[in-house]
Amino acid sequence: MTGAVVPDGAAAQALSAVQHENNVMISKRKIMQKPLAVEAVNLDKHVSSNGNALVILSGLDLAIAAGERIAIVGSSGSGKSTLLGLLAGLDNPTQGKVLIQGQDIAPLDEDGRAALRARCMGFVFQSFQLLPTLTALENVMLPLQLAGREDAKSQAIAALERVGLAHRLSHYPRHLSGGEQQRVAIARAFAPRPAILFADEPTGNLDAATGENIIELLFALNAESGTTLVLVTHDLTLANRCGRVLSLQQGRIVELEGVA
Amino acid sequence: MSLAFTLAWRQLRSQWAAGEIRVLMLALVMAVAATTSVGFFTDRIQTTLARQGAMLLGADAVIVADHPIPAPFAAEAGRANIQTSHTLEFPSMVLHGERSQLSEIKALAPGFPLRGSLMIKQQGGEAHEAGGIPEPGSVWIEPRLANSLQVREGDSLELGNSQFKVSAILHSEASRGGDMFSFAPRVMMNAADVPATGLIQFGSRVKYQLLLAADAGAMKTYTAWAQPRLARGERLQDLSTARPEIRNALEKTQQFLGLAAMVSVVLAMVAMFLAAMPYVQSSQDSYALMRCFGASGKLISRILLLQTLMLAVIGSTLGSLLGFVGQLGLGWLAGKLFVETLPAPSWQPALAGFVVGFATLLAVMWPSLLRLRHVPALHILRQDIALPTWSAVWQYTPSVLLAFGLIAWHAADSKLALAAIGGFSALIVAVLVLTRLLRRLLLALPQQQSGAVQLGLAAIRRRPRLFMAQVLGFSLGMAALMLLALIRGDLLHNWQSSLPPDAPNRFVINIQGDQLDAIKAFFKQEGLSAPELHPMVRARLTAINGKPLDIASYKDERAKRLAEREFNLSWAAEMQDDNRLLAGEWWTPAQAGQPLLSLEQGIADMLHVKLGDHLSYDVAGQPLELTVSSLRKVEWDTMRANFFALTPPGVLDAMPANYLTSLHVPRAQENMLNRLVQQFTNLTVIDVAAVLEQVQAIIDKMTNALQYIFAFSVLAGLIVLYAALVATRRERVKEATLLRVLGASTTQIRHSVWVEYLAVGVMAALVASLIANALAFYISQQVLNIPFSFNWQASFLTISLAMILIPAASWWVLRRFLRFSPREILHST
Repeated sequence: MTGAVVPDGAAAQALSAVQHENNVMISKRKIMQKPLAVEAVNLDKHVSSNGNALVILSGLDLAIAAGERIAIVGSSGSGKSTLLGLLAGLDNPTQGKVLIQGQDIAPLDEDGRAALRARCMGFVFQSFQLLPTLTALENVMLPLQLAGREDAKSQAIAALERVGLAHRLSHYPRHLSGGEQQRVAIARAFAPRPAILFADEPTGNLDAATGENIIELLFALNAESGTTLVLVTHDLTLANRCGRVLSLQQGRIVELEGVA
Repeated sequence: MSLAFTLAWRQLRSQWAAGEIRVLMLALVMAVAATTSVGFFTDRIQTTLARQGAMLLGADAVIVADHPIPAPFAAEAGRANIQTSHTLEFPSMVLHGERSQLSEIKALAPGFPLRGSLMIKQQGGEAHEAGGIPEPGSVWIEPRLANSLQVREGDSLELGNSQFKVSAILHSEASRGGDMFSFAPRVMMNAADVPATGLIQFGSRVKYQLLLAADAGAMKTYTAWAQPRLARGERLQDLSTARPEIRNALEKTQQFLGLAAMVSVVLAMVAMFLAAMPYVQSSQDSYALMRCFGASGKLISRILLLQTLMLAVIGSTLGSLLGFVGQLGLGWLAGKLFVETLPAPSWQPALAGFVVGFATLLAVMWPSLLRLRHVPALHILRQDIALPTWSAVWQYTPSVLLAFGLIAWHAADSKLALAAIGGFSALIVAVLVLTRLLRRLLLALPQQQSGAVQLGLAAIRRRPRLFMAQVLGFSLGMAALMLLALIRGDLLHNWQSSLPPDAPNRFVINIQGDQLDAIKAFFKQEGLSAPELHPMVRARLTAINGKPLDIASYKDERAKRLAEREFNLSWAAEMQDDNRLLAGEWWTPAQAGQPLLSLEQGIADMLHVKLGDHLSYDVAGQPLELTVSSLRKVEWDTMRANFFALTPPGVLDAMPANYLTSLHVPRAQENMLNRLVQQFTNLTVIDVAAVLEQVQAIIDKMTNALQYIFAFSVLAGLIVLYAALVATRRERVKEATLLRVLGASTTQIRHSVWVEYLAVGVMAALVASLIANALAFYISQQVLNIPFSFNWQASFLTISLAMILIPAASWWVLRRFLRFSPREILHST
């Protein structure tokens, strides 16, 4: 894991304040007309490693409008996954706050955040993360059941049909190919019709052709459902297919202009 | 069906298919099976003992008195719907023509016996149940009385003022328990005939008995009512007094069975702990994902709890079934222990098995449940996020307390339980200290060993906790098995040596001093070795340390009886080898004639006599002062003649003495006894062959039961060892695969595994040998009261086997995974 060493002194504070202002301006400029799905304000994340404070994120501001499709890019260890974890309420920031659909998640306890995720978030992971103990259908049903949906089964079947796996309902993950597993994961993510979808390197474990198919599917479903998509990737080509590309550099967000 | 239930069931089903909880389940089944099989078996043995005890008494309980039983006892029994009958017993001469024989007369009232039966032979036929008592005017007599008086069925006998017709030969009387030295041939008569004989007069020694029989509840109430109302000379005998020599063997077997069950349960718990490790590893991603998708902590707890309960229900059911089948085997091996087959088991042990199953699983899973309940959702994104840690005290206290509770429950003996708890705790501490020391040593050593050695030692340095867990698992397994093996060996050896094939089966009593030479000559003439003749002097204890004996001060009824009656004093130059000196010193030849006394520990305790106390006796009117110079423990179950009180030779020479001897008479030579009695008419021969055969048969069957339950424990031990290997398999396979990717050959990996597990095996075996020998020493000496011999061969064998088998087994567990390509393995993990 890498990160920037915390600068100290008045100069650093002044620099931080200026950058914070810039970031807020850039982030809000394009999305002023729409309600915000996700907002991060002055987000810091430090961890301690061998007695040294390691800065992963520092003074990060971010605003993502409802229905927007954004990509977060950065080199390995730049803190992409950490940021995703913070935005989804999976982790606590050292400082700053995260708002989901205008609601500050800081006062929520673990169960409150879990309930919030069940209500409005979906996830697609690099390593698919299907429960090995459940069939494809049961995996897709899981978030629906956790959200207390009565129609979990019919919705799950519909979602699997949509990703082309109607014939694989009763298969366990170990009997599915990597591409099929990720399609199940996408069906699982979209089935509850989440307001926000977090995708962490969704093609990272797939070959190029399969990865391409998966992305097509992901974007198609995203377009159909109008879900806000937060995509973490190190693949700039993939990132460029999103409406906005944010680059994580030394713990801060830099918006890449001229893309999309 | 609720979501939690559905998810718990699906997860369980699939983890079973993937093999992740099979070891856990197997260990649980073993724990329950060990508890229930021993429980079922012990339950059946206890029921048999109770029945057997009832038969020995002829009732469920008996009020015995040296005077007619006061009427309220029978009246209260009548009120409580308790069946009653009564008997009178007294010694009397029985005459037939010129011949006479001192006999034990037993006069029976209708209803006798309330429990068990009397078997008689009539008109040369087979023995059959008497179905009643002798008709008025008739008696039933034992064969040896028929022999000594030369009477047959139909002949007349003279008893006091009356004549009786012998109407049957008494074949067996189950209710003839108790003091074998009081045995004289039995005559049974109808109680209605007693007054006419005129035999009972003022001062006659008569034993009056009121027999009682009812269900256990009514008897308990009655006993509680009767106990405080017993006056002097009255006592209540119940089922606990039957046949000490058989009870002794059974008690030891039960103690061993308890010990084996306890060891099996502890082993199974260790196996479950080890098996829970891969289970937690494989489950954490699933629970993190559920958290990620919005599952509340409560839901996760519910799933975990339900899953644990499902495991417990399945494991306990299978374990109870296996335990039931297992005890059928035990019962079969034990065979007809007594005169009947074992009764059907009750359902209590199955219930106990379920309690054990649920409690052990919950206690063992508790640390895992704590960790998985709080698995962070972020774990799904960042595998390096560690699971929350908890203080060891909070995590392991429930398991440790439960293990201690189970040990205490199974041991059913405070000394045994404390020894086991102390021993296993010492083992854990020893392993913790030694593994830390080894790790420090390895860190301090220069790292210049060859590649494979370096790799093996590096594994110990890198994974100190896993190394420790494995040493702990292996050493607990080995210590428990060694402990059982050592004790089993000592117990079997002790039984075999205590009852050799030529153990005495006859006692000859009432030999007079002037007959000694003639008796020795008789034995020589019969081609038998000279008998060991023990002198006996009847003496009454009058004072302790100059203070007249106050019988009323003894609270214990048995102490009162012992203080009241005459002791048999004897003398001996050497201590018999079935005696063990507990305090003081045995006399030297130079001390012959000195007024010293060696007392049996039990009787000394009962009479509150200590080493150095002065005891005053009255021997036929002559005073005798003796000082207690030693206390002994006597192995009563050797069937040899033994005495509570012994003096050096030369002390009792002037006192009136008669002699007794014990001898082994082979079946083919039994006629010799008739010749002996015909030549020396005053002698009484007591036949203990039947008792001895019964004891020997029981010991043989108990030996089988013991071996069987030992095999059970060995199986539990093997499961622990397997669990210890499987617990770390996942990491080990991954590491070995990485090493292969980096270019390590299979030989190099094998050598590194051998080096690592050699260290595990040697350390575990050393600690196990040390603890097992110490525990076996304590348990043999203090709990089972059998001599202990240090078995260095067993320790050497254990260490040698550990050095070969543990590395070999580890390699075997790992080897099949190395057949796959590194890509397949890395992909699957």
